[in-house]
Amino acid sequence: MSLAKRIIPCLDCDNGRVVKGVKFVDIRDAGDPVEISKRYCDQGADEITFLDITASSEARNTTIHTVEAIASQVFIPLTVGGGIRTLQDIRNMLNAGADKVGINTSAVLNPEFVREASERFGSQCIVVAIDAKRVSKPGETPRWEIFTHGGRKATGLDAIEWARKMVGYGAGEILLTSMDRDGTKSGFDLALNRAISEAVPVPVIASGGVGNLQDLVDGIIDGKADAVLAASIFHFGEYTIPQAKQYMRERGVEVR
Amino acid sequence: MTHVAVIDYGMGNLHSVAKAIEHVGARANVALKVSVTADPEVLKQADRLVFPGVGAMRDCMAEIRRLNIDTILREQVREKPVLAICVGMQALLQRSEENGGVDCIGLFKGQVRHFGNDLRDASGVQLKVPHMGWNRVRQIQPHAMWHGIPDNERFYFVHSYFVSPDVRAEVMAEAEYPKPFCVALAHENVFAVQFHPEKSQSNGLQLYENFLTWNGQA
Repeated sequence: MSLAKRIIPCLDCDNGRVVKGVKFVDIRDAGDPVEISKRYCDQGADEITFLDITASSEARNTTIHTVEAIASQVFIPLTVGGGIRTLQDIRNMLNAGADKVGINTSAVLNPEFVREASERFGSQCIVVAIDAKRVSKPGETPRWEIFTHGGRKATGLDAIEWARKMVGYGAGEILLTSMDRDGTKSGFDLALNRAISEAVPVPVIASGGVGNLQDLVDGIIDGKADAVLAASIFHFGEYTIPQAKQYMRERGVEVR
Repeated sequence: MTHVAVIDYGMGNLHSVAKAIEHVGARANVALKVSVTADPEVLKQADRLVFPGVGAMRDCMAEIRRLNIDTILREQVREKPVLAICVGMQALLQRSEENGGVDCIGLFKGQVRHFGNDLRDASGVQLKVPHMGWNRVRQIQPHAMWHGIPDNERFYFVHSYFVSPDVRAEVMAEAEYPKPFCVALAHENVFAVQFHPEKSQSNGLQLYENFLTWNGQA
C-alpha cells in the first residue's frame, strides 16, 4: 500500500477565530485561522478541516472570506463544514477554495440534500459529518446515536445505519466525531470508529478525544481510520505535525 | 507577460487553481495574468490553458458542451500548452463509466473507469473508494513537466474513477491502488494529471511552475 494515512488538524472557528471547546462547550481562543492553517501546511499536515461552529447567517460571509484567505496560502486540501444547507452554499465554498464540504445537521434534516449534493458536485467533495454518542449502558452491546446542532440535539438515529445510509446517498467520506470523547483527551472511541469504518466503503476520519500521539496510531490501527483529526494537541503546541508523523511512522503507519 | 486562462465551466475548485498559479508566478518572477473564464475570446488569446474539474462527469460534460469548451479545446490544443486536472483529465478521454456512461471530449483514446466497490489489497484489506489522500507518483517517462520533482513523490488525489488510456506511450506516470493506474497523460501540447497539483504542496506548486515555462509539444 502506498496511500498514506492522513493527519488533519481541525480548526473550529467562531466569527473568524479558531476556538476549541471541551465536549462542545467551554470554548478557548486558539488564534487566527489563516496563520494557523499556514503553519500546519508548512509542517506537513495532509489536509485542513475548517468547521464554522457559529454558522449563523451573518457569519457566512466571514467564513467565505476566511476560506478564500486560507486557500490563497495553503496548498493542501481544505474541508469546510458548518451551516452547509443548500447547493448554493456548497458552490460558494468550492468557489472560495474549499475542496470538500462537511454536511452534518442538514443531512439529518433532509437526507436527500446529500444525494443532490453528491450528484451535482461529485461524491469526492461531500463529507458527511457524524456526531455520535454512545447510548448503550456498560456491559450492553455497544450502540451509538447521532446528535445534531453541535451535539445538542438527539435524533434517535443509529450511527452505523446512518453512516451506511449516507454513503448510499453519495457521501464520499465520513467525518466521525465521538461526542463522549471530544475535547477530553482520552483517545478516540475506537469501537465506534471501527464499527463505522467496517460498515462503509468510503474513507472514515476519526475525530474527538486525541490526547497524545499513541491515540493517533490507535485510531488508524485499532479504529481502522483512514485519517485522524485533532485540534487541541496541535493548537496549544503540545505536539507538532512532524512529531506526530515520526511517531506514527515508527509504529508502522504509512504517512507522508 | 504570460496569460494563463483557467477554464471555468462552473465545476471546479478554480480559486485554488488560480491562487496556486499566481503563487508560483510571483515566486518565479514570471509576469503573469491569470483569468478564470469560459469566454472563447479570452481562451483564444491566452498563452496557456488550465482545464480543471471537480464533480460528476454527466454534469461536467453537459456544461462543457453548453459552453462549447470541447470545440475550443480541440482547436486550442494545437496552439498552446494545456494542463488538465482531475475530472478535466478524465473529460479528455473518449468515454466515462460514471453516471451510467457519458461520452467525453476524446482527445485521448481510452475510457474512464470506476475503481470498483470491493477493492482489496494483496493481503485482503479493504481499500476505500474514493481513492483519497497522498499517493506516490511513479514517473514512467521523462517530461519537461517533471522538472525538479523527484520520482515517487506524493501528490494529493481524490477520485473514484481513473483513466485507462489505449496508448501506452501517452502515459507519463502511474500510481498504485492497489494495481497501477495512469495518473499523468501527455500528448503534444497537453499534459493531464489525475491528482490535484494545487493541493499537493511543494511538488504540486513545482508542477505549476514547470507549466509556466513549458513550451508544449513535450
